[in-house]
Amino acid sequence: MNQSIQQRDGYSQLAKDLLVKAKRSGATEADIIIADGETFSVQVRLGSVDRLTKAREKHLGLRVFVGKRSASTSTSDFSVDSLDQLVLETCNLAKAVVEDQVSGLPEAGQMAGKWPDLDLYDSTKLTTEQQIELAKRVEAAAMSMDERVTNSEGADFDSSSGRVVLGNSHGFLGEYQSSSFSMSVSPVATDSQTGAMQRDSWYAIQRKFAKLDSPEAVGLEAARRTVRKLGARKIATQRVPVVFDSEMAGSLMENLCSAVSGYSLYKGASFLAGQLDKPLAPEHVTVYDDGQVVGGLGSRPFDGEGLPTRKTTVVQRGVLKSYLLDTYSGRKLGLASTGNASRSVGENPSVGPTNFYLVPGARTADEIIQTVKQGLYVTDLIGFGINMVTGDYSRGAAGFWIEGGELAYPVEEITIAANLKDMFAGIEMVGSDLMFRGRIASPTVKIAEMMVAGN
Amino acid sequence: MGELVQLTSFGLTEGEVLGALGRVKVRDVDYADLYFESCVSESVSMEESLVKRATKSVSQGVGVRATAGEKTGFAYSDELTKTALELAADTARYIANSPSGDGQVSVPVNQRPTRNLYPIERAQAEVATVDRVSLLNAIDVEARRYDSRIKNVMASFNTEYKVVVVATSDGLIIGDLQPLSRLQVTCIAEENGQRQAGSFGGGGRVGFEFYHEGDRHLRFAREAAREAILNLSAVEAPAGVMPVVLGGGWPGILLHEAIGHGLEADFNRKKTSAFSQLLGKRVASDVCTIVDDGTLPGRRGSLNMDDEGTPTGRTVLIERGILRGYITDKLNARLMGIPVTGNGRRESYQSVVLPRMTNTFMLAGASDPDEIIRSVDRGLYAVSFGGGQVDITNGKFVFSASEAYMIEGGKVTRPVKGATLIGSGPEILTKVSMVGHDLKLDEGIGTCGKDGQSVPVGVGLPTIRIDEITVGGTQE
Repeated sequence: MNQSIQQRDGYSQLAKDLLVKAKRSGATEADIIIADGETFSVQVRLGSVDRLTKAREKHLGLRVFVGKRSASTSTSDFSVDSLDQLVLETCNLAKAVVEDQVSGLPEAGQMAGKWPDLDLYDSTKLTTEQQIELAKRVEAAAMSMDERVTNSEGADFDSSSGRVVLGNSHGFLGEYQSSSFSMSVSPVATDSQTGAMQRDSWYAIQRKFAKLDSPEAVGLEAARRTVRKLGARKIATQRVPVVFDSEMAGSLMENLCSAVSGYSLYKGASFLAGQLDKPLAPEHVTVYDDGQVVGGLGSRPFDGEGLPTRKTTVVQRGVLKSYLLDTYSGRKLGLASTGNASRSVGENPSVGPTNFYLVPGARTADEIIQTVKQGLYVTDLIGFGINMVTGDYSRGAAGFWIEGGELAYPVEEITIAANLKDMFAGIEMVGSDLMFRGRIASPTVKIAEMMVAGN
Repeated sequence: MGELVQLTSFGLTEGEVLGALGRVKVRDVDYADLYFESCVSESVSMEESLVKRATKSVSQGVGVRATAGEKTGFAYSDELTKTALELAADTARYIANSPSGDGQVSVPVNQRPTRNLYPIERAQAEVATVDRVSLLNAIDVEARRYDSRIKNVMASFNTEYKVVVVATSDGLIIGDLQPLSRLQVTCIAEENGQRQAGSFGGGGRVGFEFYHEGDRHLRFAREAAREAILNLSAVEAPAGVMPVVLGGGWPGILLHEAIGHGLEADFNRKKTSAFSQLLGKRVASDVCTIVDDGTLPGRRGSLNMDDEGTPTGRTVLIERGILRGYITDKLNARLMGIPVTGNGRRESYQSVVLPRMTNTFMLAGASDPDEIIRSVDRGLYAVSFGGGQVDITNGKFVFSASEAYMIEGGKVTRPVKGATLIGSGPEILTKVSMVGHDLKLDEGIGTCGKDGQSVPVGVGLPTIRIDEITVGGTQE
């Protein structure tokens, strides 16, 4: 423990030293991010250990501004010589690109001052044997639920923890620790008559070990999702209402999140360019991005530029109220940052969500399905058939055919297509089943009509 | 001959490396290896006619792996010291349940690959930033000159230079220098308030001069601009089952998704692939022969050796419609009792080796491409694609067109908006009735994702006719 505190203080000092060196090498402004962490991952398959992975890693990213020119670099080599070299190279790289009038750090007065403890870190250390046991339990639960579950792609249990130190030449210096614990399993089921196989998976992820679902619950859900796909068939091409289960509705929120990213917007590469304060969806649709949810998987006390995170209303009662912005993309659009700078070491900041979600409604998923006479319930989507410039949407899908308000039979090898603008405008119902299993989440969603292509 | 890469370039002695290898290769370990990697990647990007971003990343580290039966123990470290190596070795051999490691490994000879598919001087790979900047500026000018409706041009030029050394318990120390670069252009066109995008790019394990050969960079700019302008007039795509003609080159992504992933040995060893029981059986029409070939000079998917030190090769996957073979790494080849094909690849020292594709393509057939189009009464002609994806277990795959046209009465007519095509891997190639004589490899932009690891790959295809596949448009 003492050693890690020393190292942590060491990183703060390292950040300060490098900022001074950057100034001495000609930088007018600079910021530096240092991330380190350790991961331990166990994969079991059919009851035996398949893979163990253990690692510690560290990275340092430096961004400098020489006037209005800027460059970013990163390294995993923290030796003094190598870092001195990096500072020089970064400044030289910046001098080689052109001036960009809006480039630069955020204004000094905007930096996060104090920040709340968001409770993102759990010091629980699991032994190798404990993690193996947990992974075995999740797989065993999946394998034992139904005799049609015949095989497994394996089960994982992963734990990781790390910390981020961020400093800049305004004198900002912040750091936080975070952790995550996750498990997943991918069972394979076989149709005894045709021999056809189906695979699905289920998972749980939390910052706190104690908050994880039980391995048995995760395994049973994975098996349930897999077995119900057996006997899937194609359906005829037709226009019908489409219900997205909460996981797949989450993918629609991911699409929305990309479309409101400041970088796509100022480049004219989003179908939502120029749509601020205009209606996007019906009144029962409200979307938030909230960076300060205690224990949230997307929470962080300050963003990738050291600005405070916050709760942003992206869509309020159907109206698009805010984009997601960092300093640069905000300046390009004449707007203030929303504290959504996301920083992967070695890259320029970009925009990323914190906890981005569609506010739940009153109906359960079953109640929503009951409103559909004939339609599709989507539980899987594959492919990348989305044109963010136009909003044109066409993806491979699988799920269930809805007949008279009930799931009738599984379907596969079909596509669903529409335009995202029409899809958001066509959100008829929002379910009550919001659960966070990542940074982006949604309850079940019913869309009035899409084209389903099959036979 | 490839280069002889010395361990000293990682600041380690042969004795230290053999010591660590001995520590991990305990009695119950079948195979162990140490993979040393240093990687420098650089990127410059342009938008709004300004080259305003430059980045450079340096990483180095070692991955230590032990396999025992089906088990893999793996650890990695960004510290290249004797202590870090020993710690990683102790973690990796944990899976063998053997006591302290003091195994003997035969002293290997430091070798070089038997060929050099990408003989590029380092000096060429390290291109001055000013030259990268002028490359991108020329692209901006060319794309905007192509058509005044082009409102924004985004381009990026990325280079990567990897030095790797693999030390294995089967008596090998071998290294490789692996350059890789890619130029990518995206144009946004605007007309009457409507916007569209077009993209084009290419590259490979090539030097900087590649981009200027025949003004290749300017052609990339024009192609991206042309696609954006074309899509301005594109109409809604049809929905339903119809014949589809795929153009040559990048549409070979069909093979990658429909066939390639399903033939990776790990899924077949675990019997979770839709192809698991199909070796020796017909999975394509007899005009289809498909290979995976990592030995093509300068190609994005090519390698002198794979990441386990095995020379890459040319593996026949499908011969005249019959499934002939899987692509393997050492672990899966050993467990399945089949040949090692040189397809053991990893994204970096931080990831484990998996069987992965290199350059996957269909050999040329006998048909005239024009005749193939003439044979279709009503269908789709798709010449460029975005990404694709496959569910290995049920075999369903998708890939999404970014440039496509209707074929009506044997003629290519209106451009249609992008649509996703969906099919079943073990069935789709049985519906290929014509294969053109115009085999083309892609320009060098492919990146394949598997288990969270990205590796560069290539694809290729002649013009082919698929008698029926589901097209996911919006119009009946």
